[in-house]
Amino acid sequence: MTFPSQVLAILWKDIRCELRSKQTWISMGLFALLVLVIFNFAFDLRVDNKAAIAPGALWVAFVFASLLGLGRTIASEQEKGSMDRLMLCPVDRKAIYLAKLLGNMLFIGVVEVVALPIFAVLFNVPLFTGELLPIVLLGTLGIATIGTLFSAIAAATQARELLLPILVFPLIVPVVIGAVRATGTLMVPSINEPPWLGLMAAFDVIFLSVSMLMFEYVIEE
Amino acid sequence: MALVKREATIGQGEAKVGMKHQETRFPVVSVILGTLSLIGMMVSIWMIFLYAPTDAIQGEPQRIFYFHVPMAWLGMLGFVIVAIAGTGYLVKKDERWDWAARASAELGAFFITLALITGSIWGKTIWGTWWTWDARLTTTLILWFIYIGYLMLRSYMGRTPASARAGAVLAIIGIIDVPIIYESVNWWRTLHPPAQVGVQDALPPSVVITLMVSLTTFTLLYSFLMIQLYQLQRAQTLAQQLRASIE
Repeated sequence: MTFPSQVLAILWKDIRCELRSKQTWISMGLFALLVLVIFNFAFDLRVDNKAAIAPGALWVAFVFASLLGLGRTIASEQEKGSMDRLMLCPVDRKAIYLAKLLGNMLFIGVVEVVALPIFAVLFNVPLFTGELLPIVLLGTLGIATIGTLFSAIAAATQARELLLPILVFPLIVPVVIGAVRATGTLMVPSINEPPWLGLMAAFDVIFLSVSMLMFEYVIEE
Repeated sequence: MALVKREATIGQGEAKVGMKHQETRFPVVSVILGTLSLIGMMVSIWMIFLYAPTDAIQGEPQRIFYFHVPMAWLGMLGFVIVAIAGTGYLVKKDERWDWAARASAELGAFFITLALITGSIWGKTIWGTWWTWDARLTTTLILWFIYIGYLMLRSYMGRTPASARAGAVLAIIGIIDVPIIYESVNWWRTLHPPAQVGVQDALPPSVVITLMVSLTTFTLLYSFLMIQLYQLQRAQTLAQQLRASIE
């Protein structure tokens, strides 16, 4: 098997598992919606302060929901004992990482596709523009690259639900800043903003390359 | 890193067989470093409170700067050494690198906490606020979180090769991430006073000399404590191996 087909095979396995159980998608999606609803009460989103709060609320919802799903990536494999079998397969460790990363992006992406229109309706903000797509894509990629790597690390400990956010949140700060600012600029255009999209792409490339190199050390037995 | 090399020569094979012969060598390096940092501390304190001139604008509170800068420096140096030792572990698969990484992480976390506290005290008197979301402050706080995450991860995973690898990966990702965090917060907003050492005529020479003496002393103290913590890590590992061999 070639490298891309290995990645696709593992990815397809994860998608089929998820389509049968549906536990991750539904809980992530509901969680994202609940965070948005809570934010509405917490900040009393009137017309004047909406532009200042809404991008942050949206990304906090995405980050929190992502963490729920990311925690499951490797942990679900270990619970069923299938991680050992996956490691026995004659595939490159990078293929396992990429497949898990793509799977996470897909799960988070589905949640975002559901949450975005509801966000736009609930908060009454004009966010149905094509320009939002690259921001969401790059932001999700950044969260998922770091998150996938550290979900493998946290899965090896007893306290993975506690440890994963503590390890991931500090490291994804640049991506979150970039995503929030880019979304904010989209809602209220402002001058003198750095090119956040390009910066996010640069962060993603750095995180992705380092995480891919490091993944084999994390799951080595 | 000279430390690790020194250990490599005297501690060869010892970890495996479990202390065949008790090490009774007199700890020359520790004694020298400890004495030097003790003398340095006394000289630094004299220089900081009596020799260095009182700042014309900030007054006496400015003197905390001579403690704050070395502590922040050691907090960052500590993490660089964790990352270097982590890389060394991943390449060499030698437990000694991991002992150095753990020792440096504990020390660095200690010094960066002190740097955050001293910085806050200074900020309250000069800026009128304990905290502000400036690039350096934010990056230091996030580095503190990474340190705490590192220490938590290591204590959850225990003394296993998997734990050492995970720690090394976290340190390497962290060391790459910290400059990125600094730059991204900088683009966001910044307020911290820029570094004035090295700028022509910005500071009187007595201030620069005091700062340099203080930096050197604190670095000596770091090296001294580093050796002690490294030995502690080694002793703990040996104790664990011995206990495992009995059970």
